[in-house]
Parts: sequence; C-alpha cells; structure tokens
Amino acid sequence: MSEPLIYEISSPGRRAIDLPDLDVPEAELPQGMLREELPLPEVSELQAVRHFVRLSQLNYSIDTGFYPLGSCTMKYNPKVNEDVARLPGFAFTHPLQPETTVQGNLGLMYELQDWLKEIGGFAGMTLQPAAGAHGELTGILLIKAYHRDRGDTARVKILIPDSAHGTNPATTAMSGLKVVQIPSDARGNVDLEALKAECDDTVAGLMLTNPNTLGLFEEHVEQVVSAVHGCGGLVYGDGANMNALLGVVRPGDLGFDVLHFNLHKTFSTPHGGGGPGSGAVGVSEALKDFLPAPIVEKVTTPDGSSRFSLVTPAKTIGRVKAFHGHFGMLVRALTYLRIYGRQGVRDIADHAVLNANYLKARLAGTYHAPFDRTCMHEFVVEGRWEDAPDIRAFDIAKRLMDYGFHPPTYYFPLIVHEALMIEPTETEAKETLDAFAEALLKIAQEAHTEPETLLSAPHSTPFGRLDEVQAAKELVLCCRPEPRPQTSMA
Amino acid sequence: MSYIPHTEQDRRAMLAEIGVERVEDLYDAIPESVRFPKLDLPEASNEMDIVRDMEAMAGANADSRSYACFLGAGAYDHYIPSVVDHILRRSEFYTAYTPYQPEISQGTLQTVFEYQSLICQLTGMDVANASLYDGATSLAEAVSMALSHHHGKRKKVVLSPSIHPHFRETVHTYMRGEEVTLLDEGTLDMDLESFTGAVDDQTALVAVQYPDVFGRIMDYNALGERAREVGALFCVVVNPMALGMLKPPSTFGADVVVGEGQPLGVPMSFGGPYLGIFATRNAYVRKMPGRLVGETTDTRGQRGFVLTLTPREQHIRREKATSNICTNQGLIALAATVYMTVMGKQGMRQAAELSYHKAHYAAAQIDKLPGFELWNEGPFFNEFVVKVPKPVAKLNESLLAQKIIGGLDLGPWYPSLEGHMLLAVTERITRHQIDQLVQTLEAANHE
Repeated sequence: MSEPLIYEISSPGRRAIDLPDLDVPEAELPQGMLREELPLPEVSELQAVRHFVRLSQLNYSIDTGFYPLGSCTMKYNPKVNEDVARLPGFAFTHPLQPETTVQGNLGLMYELQDWLKEIGGFAGMTLQPAAGAHGELTGILLIKAYHRDRGDTARVKILIPDSAHGTNPATTAMSGLKVVQIPSDARGNVDLEALKAECDDTVAGLMLTNPNTLGLFEEHVEQVVSAVHGCGGLVYGDGANMNALLGVVRPGDLGFDVLHFNLHKTFSTPHGGGGPGSGAVGVSEALKDFLPAPIVEKVTTPDGSSRFSLVTPAKTIGRVKAFHGHFGMLVRALTYLRIYGRQGVRDIADHAVLNANYLKARLAGTYHAPFDRTCMHEFVVEGRWEDAPDIRAFDIAKRLMDYGFHPPTYYFPLIVHEALMIEPTETEAKETLDAFAEALLKIAQEAHTEPETLLSAPHSTPFGRLDEVQAAKELVLCCRPEPRPQTSMA
Repeated sequence: MSYIPHTEQDRRAMLAEIGVERVEDLYDAIPESVRFPKLDLPEASNEMDIVRDMEAMAGANADSRSYACFLGAGAYDHYIPSVVDHILRRSEFYTAYTPYQPEISQGTLQTVFEYQSLICQLTGMDVANASLYDGATSLAEAVSMALSHHHGKRKKVVLSPSIHPHFRETVHTYMRGEEVTLLDEGTLDMDLESFTGAVDDQTALVAVQYPDVFGRIMDYNALGERAREVGALFCVVVNPMALGMLKPPSTFGADVVVGEGQPLGVPMSFGGPYLGIFATRNAYVRKMPGRLVGETTDTRGQRGFVLTLTPREQHIRREKATSNICTNQGLIALAATVYMTVMGKQGMRQAAELSYHKAHYAAAQIDKLPGFELWNEGPFFNEFVVKVPKPVAKLNESLLAQKIIGGLDLGPWYPSLEGHMLLAVTERITRHQIDQLVQTLEAANHE
C-alpha cells in the first residue's frame, strides 16, 4: 500500500511547470551570493498528481466517514465555504493594500466580529490569532496587560483545572505566569473549596473550559466566576467546546472576561490535516483597549459617509502575528454563520447535545461513564473491563478502524483511566450514530471472546500499527535526494 | 437551510432513548437566568443568496487578477500552478484532523515528511518542523528556543532593524512574558555593522532577514562568525522564493532558519492563512517547537510515518512544553509541498530569476525618472525602495486609476524613510505592466 517518496520518482531533467520567457533585459546576477545546487524533485505533472492523489487516499477524513474525535468538533465542512473563500476578490488581495481598495474584506471582518461578539456576549473582538492555542496566548497576555495597567504587578498565578487541555498550562508558562492546578470533584466540576483556597491577590486569572473536557457543564460556574472575580482575578474561557453553547448561553453573560473561539471547530472551517485554524478572541469592556492591533471599525469620514478601517486599540498588547489573521478562514466562518442565522445557531448546539446524549445512552451499561450526568456535546467513557484485563482503550480505538470509523480521542482527559472521549457533532445522522454504537458494542464483546483480534488491530486498514519507538530512536526526519537507480532497457 | 440531518421522527426516537421529553431538558446544569438568550443576529439565509452577497463583497475589492500588484513587504503575488489547488481540494486532505492515528493518516503524514525534506533542501538545514502559524510567529518561537537553549542565563536578543516590522512587533508581544532586552529599531542603526557590534556574550540570539525587508541581499558570513564566537544562536529570516537562486542560510552558519512560506504557492488572501517555516540544526531538534514527522515501519513491514518526539509538545509536557502550539498550518504546508514539487529544481530557480530580472528592470526604469531615485545601493532580490517626489499615497491613487496597485509607503514603518516607496515585482508582472507603472509615475509627478 505504501507510496514512494517524491524523490524516489524524480529523474534529472524532468519537469512539470514551465514559466514564460524573460521579457526584459537580463540584470547582472549577484555573483558570490548564488547557490550552486537546488536539490528539489524533478517530476512530470501527472507523476505529481498521482503521487498526491494516492497519498490522499491513505487518509481517513470527514468526507469519507464518521470522525467522533472528542474536543475536535469534526463536523461537516460545507463545500460552498471553499468556493467563496476562493473568489478572486478575497483570495488575491494583498494585506497591505490601501483601505479604500479592500472595503469588501474589511466589511466582512467587521460583520464577523459582530456575529461573534453577539454569540459570545462580548464587547470587543480580535480576529488576528491563528489558532486556539494562539488565542489562549493572546487572552493571557491581555489579562496580564490589564493587571499591569492598573499597577497590580503581584498577580503571577493562573488557576487551571486538572481536566484542562495541555495548551492551557503551556500557554501560561509561555506568558511567564505560574500554573496552579485545581482538582476536579466527584461530579466532574471544579473542586470549589480547592479553588477558593487558591483565590488570593496573586491570582491573575482562571482558565476554564466550559463545558469541560469531560463534556460536562460546570455546575457551579457562577460560584467559580465570582470566587475568581472576588479576589481580583479575571476568567479566561477556553472556547474549544463552544459548539455546545451556541444560542444556549453566552460566556459573557456568565461573567467570562475573555474567550477564544475555534473557528475550525465551532464554525466549520476545515481542519486541513492539522491546520490552519483560526482563534478569534472576545473580551469584556474592561479589556477592549488592550486587544491586539489591528481590529476593524466603522469610521465616519469627513464628508459624513462611513467606511471600514483598521484601528489600533489604545493600550494594545501589540500584534500576535503578521497582518490581520487567517482571512480565508474568516470568509468560511461567516458563510457558515449566515446559513444558520439567528434561529439556526441554537439548532447547532441542540443537535450536537442531542447526538452526544443519544450515543451515551446507547453505550450505557457496556462502557462505564465515570461521571454519569447529562452531557453536553461530548462525553467520556472508560475503555476497560475488569474481566477483559488485556484490553485497553488503545486497542478498542484501533479495532474501530476495522469497522470503518475513526477512533475517538483517547487517554484524555488525564483524570479518567483509559479514557475514550466521543464527540459526534450535530451533522451526523441517527443511522451513523447507530452503526457506530453497534460497532462499539460488538468490540466490547470481542474484548471478552477474542481479545487477540483487538490486540493486533487494525486489520483492514492500509497500514498496520506503526512503531513509534523506532521513529523516536532512529529519528529520520527528512529524506535526501538520491539518484534513481538506472533500470536496464533490455 | 442547515447541515443538520435530523427528522422530527429521529429526534423523538433519540429523546426517548435518552429518557427525556425535550432537548431543553438536557440543559439543566446551565443557570436559568442566562439560559437561551435572545440573540440579535440576522435571519438564516441560503447558499444561493449568500454566494451572491459574497461575490458582491469580494467584488468591492481591488484584486491582483484585475490589477497589476506591485505590493510585497511579506506577501507576494507569485503564480500558483493549477495543480496546487486541485490537490488542496482533495477533501481526504482538507477534512482530516491532525494525524494522531497513523494507520489511517499516512497521506497527511507522508506529505508532512516530504514538506520537512523539501524545506531542508531549500534552506540547507538538517531538520524542519511540520510548520508554525506564519513567518512572524516562527521568529518569535526562534527567540523562545534560544532563551531556553541558554537556560534563561542570556537575556539579550538582537534583531536587525531591517527585519519586517510585523515580525519584530510579534516578537515584542511574545516577549511580554519574559525579562528580555530586545534590541532592534530605535536602538540600532540600519547597517550591518551596527547590529553586528551589538552581539556579545550576553546575546541569546541574533536575527537578520535575507533578503531584508527592503529586498537587499547581504552576505551575513561575518555576522554568523561573530555569533559563533560569542555563542549566540544565529537566526536567518528567509523569503523561500529567493532561495530558488540565492545561497542557502546554512552557508553563513545559520542555527535557525525561519520565514514566511506564503510565496510557495499560497494565495495572498488578505494576509492569511500563510505558513511559518522553521528549520534548524540537529543539535536543537529536541528544543524546537511544533510537530515533527519521522519515518518508521508498521507491523506488516511497510515503511510508514508517525508524529515523533511528541514529549516536547503541550499535550504531553503541558507547562514544560517547548511551545503551546497545537494546530499548525497543515494544509498550507501541503500547498507548499505540491508547489515545490511541480515547480521543481528548474521551476523554482526560474520563478526566482524572473522576479529578480523584472524587479531590476523596473528599478532601473524608475531610477531614470526625474525626481525619483533608487534607494538600494547593493544587490537586491525582487523588491526595492524608491525615493519619490510626491506623497506615496498620492502616487498610489494615480496608479489605482490605471489599475495598478502601487508600492508600500515606508514612512509609517520607518520614519527616516518618509517619502519612500517599497515596490515588489514577481514573475506574474509583464514588461508592459512595468512600463505602465513607470509612465503613470512620471505623469503623476507632473500633475
């Protein structure tokens, strides 16, 4: 099944694209600064196309099957989004053009800022961050700048529940602040007493994912927020799980001061095999002036008409990347939101939550749910049975591939043993959920009757289990071009 | 319209299985006072109307398909072969997640491995990661890596003032969390000697851009030696297209090569999504940020690829990770991989040289105009600075009337360069378009 590397199909002198001849006089080349060799591949266009198309066929994808990766919101990526983002007026505009020549782009960004502010309950919005983790960094830097601006320099702690994504503590460390981990209670909430014990005048803020990574809505959210606010800290919302809350509750109304959205989760922009994402950040009135520059505002020109303009907030933390953000993703997200409109955004959450609870109910009794409450858009079960001691979540995941499904997220959150974290999303039909539940129930049987089948799974995929230890030990991270062995013409 | 497949019958059956009457019953944990807010949002629409509207919005812009674009400064209007977007539109690529399950993700994993390989060849470095967000954040991550390499004992970072201002500003933002002295514009002069002199044994990293933001090609050999002498990491910010013809930074002894990958087959798209290139030497592989794909074998003896050295990353190491990055620019790295493949050994050099020659023709023609003067003295790549006799914005208005997007006004970025315009030329620009640019500038000066 394996496909040769691009260098293995390369032959000296072969080429795909040719460009027009030079139509101006040749200039003198900078001798001494020129490279001798440029060891890039030499292939025909068809060879390149076959190579990449064949590789694509080795991938599992949303368009080929059910992808219930918890915390990743693998919903359908609408095709019209792809077309619209490629309109020449969007795709071929330069980020530094005069504002008068990009009013369409700026208007689009302004509109999306407004949608996200309204959905999240926020006063300000930046579209610049490139992904969720980048939004987190932006948010924590905003919190830091806010305290510093008030002359409050003693706040060095960020409180983070033990169920949080790894990006939360990593972001905190990158921002030069100290991570203080808060345990979860028996119902999967933040342990309120443990939280209160940490709430003092050294707290910069709390990072809270709500619903959390167990798929559970924080039952004491009001007390949690007021405890943090009470000691002068701010509340950061990790919006990775916003799909559950659209039109249901606005984080701003719950008292969150900052929150990042993942446009590539909640608002259907494609995950692209690992990106690009897009991580807009919404903030309360108090933080608006610190937002990264630039943001889009509607300004009135001297002649009384209005136009869209890029504006630098008064106390900005500066830019977090070059230019204005992942504009192509913004186009897709707005297209998606407009399809749903005011009435429809709530339908997204309702059906995401319905699908998750339905799947959870179908698996109840076979897969143990350590926190057995009504879930939101995802839920976590254990992939282990006392009477099938050899089988782990890992084996169940690999066996699912044989049934044609992408496995759920596993071994996360860290507070659940052999965790399987399942997020179906709202775009999956009942029939798909039923087939997936049947497969998981069948695998549970196999775990007891024929464990060997699970331990050696997957069997029907293009590749078997890959040796990660060998990869880390030998560390082959790139290939060097080698001349193709000459084949005899005889 | 929506993408939700449920029928009323489905909903009833599912609620019955769950054991509740209404979907609303699933939200009991949410405080009632703020549950189900009334949202002030537009009504739902449909695909046809939205497309019409979006076409109107896109149509309100001036784009490089209807205008000749002479803007560069970090984003370039190079030709993108058709193949690139056809591969990107394979939904097996664009609707896949990060390849955490290698048995069913070899397409993504092998293309990332090939991307890493091609970037190594282009830059001359030993190892490249799977991508970072963009050139600016790649530079910021290089600074973090250098600080960590020196275990926080060196707190000085020297950035050449002729590194793209957005990149330097991003580093300043990222470093808000650290006690670091950043020397760049304002402290240092624009010439190579000034910032070479600032590199000492307290310097964690020194960075330059190649070609620099003004298009200048400089030999950084002496600076590389200076960095090595004092034990500072030497970082080179590249334009990957220029490396189609120029010596790779490995030849000046670069420890880290970062850059904006947009010229490699990525549309300008009003600033993103682009591609952060990050490559380094083997010695730093365990300190580098971002994902890495490595070669291995499967249980059936086939060569395959997996994500490797993950203990550097946030999902394993949490607050001790080398960076917080998770999602990167996967699909854009694929675009660059396909681009470098179909352009190949000859095409990349050709695109670079065409851009070079056309830029020099344009510079020479403008330099001849009364009142205009080429600012660059030494060699430059496809970008150059011109001192102009009228306000840049005024000239650009005249150019726009002729369907030309003019150069960047350097005044806001570099106060000392007020009245200077930065122009870029790619292989997409024809001689005719250059001549029109020159004529329009000349006429505008006499208006």
